Amino acid sequence: MNADFITPLDAFTIIDLILMLMLLIVGLAIVRLNDIFAIVMLAGVYSLVSALWFVSLDAVDVAFTEAAVGAGISTVLMLGAMLLSSRTALPAKPVRKWASFFIVLATGAALMYAVTDMPSFGDPLSAPNAYVGLEYLKRSLPDTEIPNVVSSVLASYRGYDTLGETSVILTAGLGVMLILGMGGKINGQLKKKAIDYDNADAQAHHTVLRVVSKMMIPLIVLYGFYVQFHGDFGPGGGFQAGVIIASAVILYALIFGVDAAKAAVPPLVVRIGAALGVLIYGGTGIAGLILGSNYLDYNVLDPHSAPHGQELGIMSIEIGVLITVCSVMLVIFYGFTSRQPDITDKDW
Amino acid sequence: MNGMQFLAGHFNYIVVIILMMTGLYIVISTGNMVKKLTGLGVFQTSVFQLYITMGKVTGGRPPIVAHAPEGAEHAAANGGEHGASTADTAVRMVHDMADVPVNGVIYSNPIPHVLILTGIVVGVATLAVGLALIVRIRETYDSIEEEDVEEAEYKARKAANA
Repeated sequence: MNADFITPLDAFTIIDLILMLMLLIVGLAIVRLNDIFAIVMLAGVYSLVSALWFVSLDAVDVAFTEAAVGAGISTVLMLGAMLLSSRTALPAKPVRKWASFFIVLATGAALMYAVTDMPSFGDPLSAPNAYVGLEYLKRSLPDTEIPNVVSSVLASYRGYDTLGETSVILTAGLGVMLILGMGGKINGQLKKKAIDYDNADAQAHHTVLRVVSKMMIPLIVLYGFYVQFHGDFGPGGGFQAGVIIASAVILYALIFGVDAAKAAVPPLVVRIGAALGVLIYGGTGIAGLILGSNYLDYNVLDPHSAPHGQELGIMSIEIGVLITVCSVMLVIFYGFTSRQPDITDKDW
Repeated sequence: MNGMQFLAGHFNYIVVIILMMTGLYIVISTGNMVKKLTGLGVFQTSVFQLYITMGKVTGGRPPIVAHAPEGAEHAAANGGEHGASTADTAVRMVHDMADVPVNGVIYSNPIPHVLILTGIVVGVATLAVGLALIVRIRETYDSIEEEDVEEAEYKARKAANA
């Protein structure tokens, strides 16, 4: 801990405090509620506020991911699970409440004791900030020619970690498939019954939604690709782009029916995509091996220029991440929707 | 460092711990499994916040390093025009302390961002597995309350033993 550094009480710190207090209020509201729908919505609000908070602390990539994942996909999955289960939670018994409260109080007190050892907020010379992070900031541009340090650290310096995480996502997709089924049964039914794209019932109720989403969906996909390929220069990358593109398909499924979405993006394609992305990632590593260097070393990918090789490698593995993340999100969504008939009109 | 200054520098950690405990409380106290997972989400987000708090550098920018913008070096080295405010003093202090700035610009630490970015996506993947399990539990036991499931399980064991 650097005792010389004093956190200034400037506008940024004040904004930080206000957002933190908002998070606290939302968190406590979640504790008190028993209506699952309200809880899920508040969880979405919580994610959105924390995304704002991440922006105020310069973590733009994290904010982007939190907004797309926490406030977007998580909420959809939670709502899906809620529709398949129940809408109200039983209130906890007083004994359990008090027991939990004392456990939490004791744990919290122990953690509070450790707070005095933490570095001051914004301290540039604290242990986390002064060493390896600074080194990455200095070396990233000469090494990889990629301005976004988060992208270069994610994909190149710490490529192994990200390979592991991409595999975890694939594994989660496999887990959902094994628990809820492949979501592929509809494939066979599709041939028998024509998909009712414009059923009169839905049209009568959701005219605005249908018209607006018809215009929005191509833009969302386009934005997803922008996020993917601009991720080297600004916030973004494979993780965020994958979630955004998946959310476009999910929006399509919510408005026009899951059958229509499955006709557009068949479950088989999604299943293959989930594995293909990890294969592309791992294959990029193997390409490095074949060209005579270490696994996931991109310097050798371009024999003339190491930074350009890095750029190529990073782009290649980001595409792998995009494919896996997008596919797994859809595998999960299809898995949930295969458990029930389409979300009916009255459930909206 | 007096009490007020300590509080300003550590306020985030205190709130993060309270949020973490809020999440933990939801996980322990409720029997409803969907609500439990929401609590786990609150807990998880508070861990993300802990990491991001540690990566913030006063006066820093998002870690997207461009070639030094024109005039940035000059402005940063002077700590801005109005040297009087505490923020500017802090920024100048950052510059004086070491060779922290890159190309004359201060950036926040990218490493926590990288860790948390992937953490969020892994988080939603595991959340999905949890929800899938809940859906299966509901199909088998017709309830997502812990107590009901335990009771049904107890009855089934008893019936099997008898």
